Amino acid sequence: MKKVVRGFYSIAHSVKLCRPNVIAAYPITPQTEIVENLAKMYANGELGDCEYVTAESEFGAASILVGASATGARTFTATCSQGLILMSEVLLNAAGMRLPIVLVNTNRAISAPLSIWNDHQDSMLLRDGGLIQIHVETNQEAHDMVPVAFKVAENSKVMLPFMVNMDGFKLTHAYEPVDLLEQEDVDSFLPPYQPPAYLTTKNPLTFGSYAPPHCYAEFRVALQNAMLRAKDEIERAYKEWGEIIGRDWGGHVVGENTDSDLVVVSMGSLTGMARDVVNQLRKEGMSVGLLKIRTFRPFPAKEVRDELSNASKIIVLERAVSFGYEGPVGIEVKSALFGLSPEFYSFAVGLGGRDVPREELVKIIRDVYEGKVEQGFHFRTIKEFEEVVV
Amino acid sequence: MVMRITLGGISKPHSSKNMKTGDWGTEFPVVDEEKCTACKACEYLCPDSCIVVVEKGEKKVAVPDYDYCKGCGVCFTACPVDAIRMELKDIYKLEVC
Repeated sequence: MKKVVRGFYSIAHSVKLCRPNVIAAYPITPQTEIVENLAKMYANGELGDCEYVTAESEFGAASILVGASATGARTFTATCSQGLILMSEVLLNAAGMRLPIVLVNTNRAISAPLSIWNDHQDSMLLRDGGLIQIHVETNQEAHDMVPVAFKVAENSKVMLPFMVNMDGFKLTHAYEPVDLLEQEDVDSFLPPYQPPAYLTTKNPLTFGSYAPPHCYAEFRVALQNAMLRAKDEIERAYKEWGEIIGRDWGGHVVGENTDSDLVVVSMGSLTGMARDVVNQLRKEGMSVGLLKIRTFRPFPAKEVRDELSNASKIIVLERAVSFGYEGPVGIEVKSALFGLSPEFYSFAVGLGGRDVPREELVKIIRDVYEGKVEQGFHFRTIKEFEEVVV
Repeated sequence: MVMRITLGGISKPHSSKNMKTGDWGTEFPVVDEEKCTACKACEYLCPDSCIVVVEKGEKKVAVPDYDYCKGCGVCFTACPVDAIRMELKDIYKLEVC
């Protein structure tokens, strides 16, 4: 049933329908209302066979889920920013232990200076950790991706933590019409979790035990292989979702008019406005297309290359910076295009929740189209400033 | 031979016994059995249960387990009668010209 809900409710509702067994969380803006809604559902007895644990920190929350997941429970948490990096020690362990924990990261900037507002710096810090990462554009997509996340994470060919990234505030706090799923729909898509191995008091096991140099590397190859298999399994799950639920979100990447001279690459909620701007400029006769990246890890290099192989100019809209180099998405896109030589531009916009006005996107695209900008990495939506001591 | 690894490094109980970690440290404790009073300070404080007081002839003395001792020196610090000294392993003894 279509209802106007806020982003965090779209997540909580979807998590409930996935029949989780253990939720452990610690509140952090702008994730708080996700776990508040889940706590309320738990208190009202709506979560069935589920334990909701209020943890003492994000480190505690993730640790509780590692233990719970090892016993074969379906596990969920949500966090962002400082909370995500506090969890990171545990989450990277969960990846190595191959525990299919699902988490929603409500993308938020990283301190210092303190910011509660949105950019992608937090999830980028976990880029290399062995977590599957996808970025959603709307609250409906966020709602739909939770069951997909469980399905892929718990797939016996995958067995990896799955992080759904949604932009903090821009999605979490936004009211949008969301077609809320029914229990039967989710049940027909998502079977109960069948763990390949699990702990009981009668059958104790050690997870992630010590691996000396003579065998450590093999575990890491196995992790890489699981990630590569996940690429196919995610695609399959996306398709199956479209068939069963009737909302097809496309594959790892979604290209629109990518045979144009210029293609704009975007990830997350900014994609909506980028699409609108691109459509406006197309009406004005500009040859411009859009590529939305949904799956960030495993990175869909082949799909990106196929979509971008005809473009002579590429713009990547960044929401984070790899300090000392450039924007992290641009780095990946360039590496996927190795051997091709389009003009390449990347622009970090909207850091720490800075508004990205429509006119700014129009200007970026126009400037590149008309050859007014140097190739490489640029900051935009930045004021002129001077750094003084105090 | 094909190596077998488990999903996520899962292992059965007690398998860590096969993993001898005694070669990790740079120093190892040596007990002076004459001085040792078997007070068990070392046994209680060893973080890895690697030093235990046992009967040896007519005397009770502390005996380190070199298969697992990582040479942290807690026993050396804790011993109230200075019966434990730390020695550098031979492989770390370098002659500096």
